[in-house]
Amino acid sequence: MKIDNSLPLEYSTEENRLKVLGFWIFLGAEIMLFATLFATYFTLFDRTAGGPTGAEIFEITPVLIETILLLTSSFTIGLGIHAMRLGNKKAMLSFFAITLLLGAGFLGFEIFEFVTYVHEGAGLQTSAFTSILLTTLGTHGAHVTLGLFWGLFIILQVKKRGLTPETANKSFIFSLYWHFLDVVWIFIFSFIYLKGMM
Amino acid sequence: MDYFDRFAIPHPSPVIYASMVAIGITVLAIIAGLTYFKKWGYLWREWLTTVDHKRIGIMYLISALLMLFRGGVDAIMLRAQLSVPENKLLDAQHYNEIFSTHGVVMILFMAMPFIIALMNFVVPLQIGARDVAFPRLNALSFWLFFMGAMLFNISFVVGGSPDAGWTSYFPLAGNEFSESVGTNYYMIAIQIAGIGTLMTGINFMTTILRMRAPGMTLMKMPMFTWSSLITNLIIVFAFPVLTVTLAMGTMDRLFGTNFFTTDNGGMDMLWANLFWVWGHPEVYILILPAFGIYSEVISTFARRNLYGYKSMVASMVAISFLSFLVWAHHFFTMGQGALTNSIFSITTMAIAVPTGVKIFNWLLTLWKGKIVITTPMLYSLLFIPLFTLGGVTGVMLGMSAADYQYHNTMFLVAHFHMVIIPGVIFAMLAGLTYYWPKMFGFMLNERIGKWAAWLIAIGTLVAFMPMFFSGLDGQARRMYTYSESTGFGIYNMISFIGALVLAVGFVLIVYNIYYSTRYASRDISSDPWDARSLEWATHTPVPEYNFAILPQVNSTEALWDAKKKGHVLFKGEYEKIHMPNNSGVPFIMGCIFFAWGFSFVFGMWIPLILTTIGIFACMALRSFEKDHGRYISVEEIEETETKLRGAN
Repeated sequence: MKIDNSLPLEYSTEENRLKVLGFWIFLGAEIMLFATLFATYFTLFDRTAGGPTGAEIFEITPVLIETILLLTSSFTIGLGIHAMRLGNKKAMLSFFAITLLLGAGFLGFEIFEFVTYVHEGAGLQTSAFTSILLTTLGTHGAHVTLGLFWGLFIILQVKKRGLTPETANKSFIFSLYWHFLDVVWIFIFSFIYLKGMM
Repeated sequence: MDYFDRFAIPHPSPVIYASMVAIGITVLAIIAGLTYFKKWGYLWREWLTTVDHKRIGIMYLISALLMLFRGGVDAIMLRAQLSVPENKLLDAQHYNEIFSTHGVVMILFMAMPFIIALMNFVVPLQIGARDVAFPRLNALSFWLFFMGAMLFNISFVVGGSPDAGWTSYFPLAGNEFSESVGTNYYMIAIQIAGIGTLMTGINFMTTILRMRAPGMTLMKMPMFTWSSLITNLIIVFAFPVLTVTLAMGTMDRLFGTNFFTTDNGGMDMLWANLFWVWGHPEVYILILPAFGIYSEVISTFARRNLYGYKSMVASMVAISFLSFLVWAHHFFTMGQGALTNSIFSITTMAIAVPTGVKIFNWLLTLWKGKIVITTPMLYSLLFIPLFTLGGVTGVMLGMSAADYQYHNTMFLVAHFHMVIIPGVIFAMLAGLTYYWPKMFGFMLNERIGKWAAWLIAIGTLVAFMPMFFSGLDGQARRMYTYSESTGFGIYNMISFIGALVLAVGFVLIVYNIYYSTRYASRDISSDPWDARSLEWATHTPVPEYNFAILPQVNSTEALWDAKKKGHVLFKGEYEKIHMPNNSGVPFIMGCIFFAWGFSFVFGMWIPLILTTIGIFACMALRSFEKDHGRYISVEEIEETETKLRGAN
């Protein structure tokens, strides 16, 4: 394995560079995935069939808390990657752990939100609107859940194996994924919640 | 026993029971054969766990050929049923199931793996790379495709086949009108195979963008590699749409959601729209690599550089862009209004422009060329007029006002078969014949190959030309029978005869493989066609590392330069080569996906949860695994190279 020391650790081998590019292309596919969900949402959002509308069930408080938790987690993982580039393993791991805790907090609020929706009669089967609403939010939530496990595995690996070109590469790619989920959330927040509440 | 009733066939017939017995006997014969010849270890070590792009390509190829015969038998049954008026060979339900599976199998489980087979085998060789960017992901892609295909194929003996057409429009595909689990199979089997294809797209884009030989800039890539790059770009942007659409369809059928239902606010036309937002780019995913193959074959056997390289690339880029903007032309008659229809008519006809550019480029490549008519070249020459027939009828269909006349008639069926068979199938058969010596070390018999090519071309014309006429006369597609007074009988009888001619052509190809395996000379050079690009610069059979020294490139036709202009391809000394290790995980994960899909189809929730955990466990295992690959030493390379050079 040829290691190029002039580059950051996560880019230092050819294999690492391939993986970063491959992941960017994967994110391109993910954008299409969420774009399809959004397109479907915009098509179906006023087809409530007598069931609850967005304005009736959306509440600003839990949504704002979720937003703040997820945006902060995106910031902390940025700090984590910065610490990784400085070679400070301990700080990096702390920031990664904080990120995951914030992510778990986000998920907790989202589950609470889902339970409330179902109680208010906005279940998966109620109308076309609730079907696509819960599917879009659920797809994002499932991505966050997967991210929590993935992030945990990476923390364990960095802890055990230290900062090698491999673990640095994995951590960096995970941070791309996490930032991407944040970007998707901004669209969900603006175009599903804020637009729905107006 | 109630529990097991769900696995029963809803509309059994002696033919299906006979197939069950045949499948059972085949499986037993394969198991017995492998045990008797002690090949289990060989199969596991050399094939099931392989991450070598060449072997994965060959596995794709075998699967595609198998599926070609499954879909072909479907086709013969359809044509036989329609050959005479009021035929009783198949009933309406069976006819529905067979045209649905014929479409899915031919597009998704035959044409797709066929192009991915050639891409897998050819692209890394053509760009002078040692493997794809992510070899293990490549193996996983294959196993997901394969398991998806197998899951789809068991539907007709376990639980019932999909019967809502290959497009599975809602509400027909909803629970109300498709009661059997058939459409569940459709949703889930295609989902599994589609995820595999998406990963192929990511893998090949990365490979082509980052792993080209030194000196091979983007505009010096061979045309097949260019077409693969564009194709994979379309895959990456189109397949996620399919993923979401199928997931929503699955949820409608199994979880009672209301995406495509006709009450509770659901919108059935949304399925048609989303399906074709994926489906139309899919058409170009199939045809662009075919165009790439034609470009390679035509320039090789006209002994000339490809005419208009830059315009070829530009037209493919234009096609990839336009392919996302035409989806509504599949349902002009479904009430979008004149403005929408006009816009989609214009974008549809605009696609004919870059396609026309490519046709003229091939013609100008042939012009003043020293044409050598080999089997691959014969397919390419037959392709140009036949594909043009399919293409211009496409422009007719693209005019939205006129489409009210053609929509849902045999005219449409004739059109898309005249595009796909000469366009994609001829290219795949040309590619198969062209790359066969590189894959297996001997050439297919030219005489039998040309007979097959002519039979297939004539069969295509005889089978599909009458449909243009019966379609304009008003024969609707997807109808299992018609009365004698319609006068469609003669057209359909001619079509049936054409289908039989096609069948003979395909059987001849199988015979050719058998004949050439037994009798063809193994003493061939590494460049038997006198070709122009890098895949012919390495030995036959190709060593696992492809190139002992990475080639240096300074034009689009590196090997031609090396042969004619004294360009030196391989400079420098041997160095040890890093290669990936084999792994059983992709195969095992594929098997778990199969069980997952099967549980999902029948709504068996506990196995579904267990297999889901299994899938994630495989991913976690991969995350923690330490696998740094292995090195092939310089001594080993020298030994292999000396041996292979002696063979030539």
